[in-house]
Amino acid sequence: MEKFQILESGMVPLTIENVDTDQIIPARFLKATDRKGFGENLFRDWRYTPDDKPKADFILNNSAYAGQILVAGNNFGCGSSREHAAWALADYGFRVVVSSFFADIFKGNALNNGILPIQVSPEQLKAIFAAIDKNPATQAKVDLEAQELCVPEAGIVVSFELNAYKKMCLLNGYDDIDYLLSQKEAIKAFELNRS
Amino acid sequence: MKKTLFDKVWDSHVVSSVENGPDILYIDKHLIHEVTSPQAFNVLDEKGIPLFRPQQVVATADHNVPTENQHLPIQDALSRKQVAQLSENCEKHNVTLYGLGHPYQGIVHVIGPELGITQPGMTMVCGDSHTSTHGAFGTIAFGIGTSQVAQVFASQCLLVAKPKSMRVIVSGDLHPDVQPKDVILYVISKLGTDAGTGYFVEFAGSVFEQMSMEGRMTVCNMSIEMGARGGMIAPDQTTFDYVSGREFAPKGEELKNKIAYWKTLPTDEGAIFDLEHQFDAADIRPMITYGTNPGMGVKIGDAIPELDDASFIKSLNYMGLKAGSNLLHMPISHVFIGSCTNSRIEDFRAAANYVAGKQKSPDVSALIVPGSQQVAKQIVAEGLDRIFEDAGFVLRQPGCSACLAMNDDKIPAGAYCVSTSNRNFEGRQGQGARTLLASPVTAAAAAVAGKIVDVTQH
Ligand code: SF4
Repeated sequence: MEKFQILESGMVPLTIENVDTDQIIPARFLKATDRKGFGENLFRDWRYTPDDKPKADFILNNSAYAGQILVAGNNFGCGSSREHAAWALADYGFRVVVSSFFADIFKGNALNNGILPIQVSPEQLKAIFAAIDKNPATQAKVDLEAQELCVPEAGIVVSFELNAYKKMCLLNGYDDIDYLLSQKEAIKAFELNRS
Repeated sequence: MKKTLFDKVWDSHVVSSVENGPDILYIDKHLIHEVTSPQAFNVLDEKGIPLFRPQQVVATADHNVPTENQHLPIQDALSRKQVAQLSENCEKHNVTLYGLGHPYQGIVHVIGPELGITQPGMTMVCGDSHTSTHGAFGTIAFGIGTSQVAQVFASQCLLVAKPKSMRVIVSGDLHPDVQPKDVILYVISKLGTDAGTGYFVEFAGSVFEQMSMEGRMTVCNMSIEMGARGGMIAPDQTTFDYVSGREFAPKGEELKNKIAYWKTLPTDEGAIFDLEHQFDAADIRPMITYGTNPGMGVKIGDAIPELDDASFIKSLNYMGLKAGSNLLHMPISHVFIGSCTNSRIEDFRAAANYVAGKQKSPDVSALIVPGSQQVAKQIVAEGLDRIFEDAGFVLRQPGCSACLAMNDDKIPAGAYCVSTSNRNFEGRQGQGARTLLASPVTAAAAAVAGKIVDVTQH
């Protein structure tokens, strides 16, 4: 996994609430057997008409907004456990998603794919949306070590929470699977003990 | 210390805890299917490591499979490839597969319980959010992402922080026409789709104590729709009777010992939950959803709320419905009875009981999709197939089908479908399809009337 330390980037505002995994990546694109190429179909049905023409009113089709930070309405990522949603966001190029609320499974899937979900208060989210609305090119800075998200232009500084273990993984680019493999002996001992 | 059911099962599966971090949780049973497993098998190959405990993994093909002519090769090339890949991976890694054509094939959350794989006090995972279904047995069961599927393949464990605990109590007597599906749609409509985030829920109270295992599964199935990782119901005699005698359930002396242990699992009197909600069963009536998340539900006949909220308005626009109006007598064109929420034999008995001697409306196409080959067999054994076919319903072969429309069973754009599945998200049943979630009886009644009806008035 790629390390995550400091990210400075523009933001893409998606003001819709309750964005579910079927919107992030519709089920008909889940037939792949590898992890690549999902970015093309990120938000497919909002982004394109049924005959594959970009919809002008969708935010990803508006070149005024660009960057690796997606700012989304409340309760982002609800719905299925499909990691394809996180792959699609990562493949498209997002490394941070900011929202006032995330669904549990999505949060875990995002972290396992090097995407940092940052939870802010509803007021902070509103302020960030307002700043982007005023100036689409507004820049933000995410400092993982300091657990801080700043939007200097709007005077916004948010400290966010993150589990210490997950932070260590992201900073160093570690995967859970490597950690678990290092615990094999303890796991075998546990199995022997219970039978 | 007084413990909850959840505490007891969780604590007995913790291998160790990472300092300031998650627990290493041991997983007893790992269910897999064709959609979320291929990339996880790839991880094993990339890392050059074996599947650690193949005997604890069970596979089936369900999401992608056609519901007609299952004996023929799958037409859609990508689906065919995904299903073929599952067979290859299972063979290579020594995993038991109940694939197409096998008498045990079916939706992963239907076959686990029906084969006795699901038992009280276990930890179970699957790369599918509705794994919460198995919580009906007093099992900690939750959906995981594909990275985690790979972790369980590699170590039979997961790194997870222990969630908080919530208890949802529904007590009193249900109206005789109210189904388990109505109970959970009611609870979600009251609490909202994010109320359970960060929690594991225990459903308690007389309503669940009196409920059948099938009904409990319907309820726990949808705990994910209120944002919870999973739901549980304390195991009791109903649970033990259901498990006993099933193919992979413990037998004889072993079963006796297990039951003695399972009896120790229910929440201790006085144990503390982080959050508790109480509802009165008498207030529950047949439910229907009107929006694009499962929390947007009302009692059939009640008005759609009027909210000045952009997402709410967007949702009603998608559904083509008006705030303040009600859905009673609204014409519909499609009915789907199936999915891991409502495709067990009890669901089809309830629907057939309503349909018997009636005819479906000529304006409706009504699809019946059993949850498994065993359910399909039982439908025939009980003669329900004739009731449905005589009434003009179409009976198909098992799979996820129109629940997520990965196969050919899609609802056309703009059409209203009364569906017994669990998600009414935009496009879930096909691009532009409009899903109204309801119980099997309400769905059957809509098929007959060609419009939404209140079964308590019929
Ligand atoms: S029936 Fe629907 S919800 Fe259940 S496992 Fe299949 S796709 Fe998922």
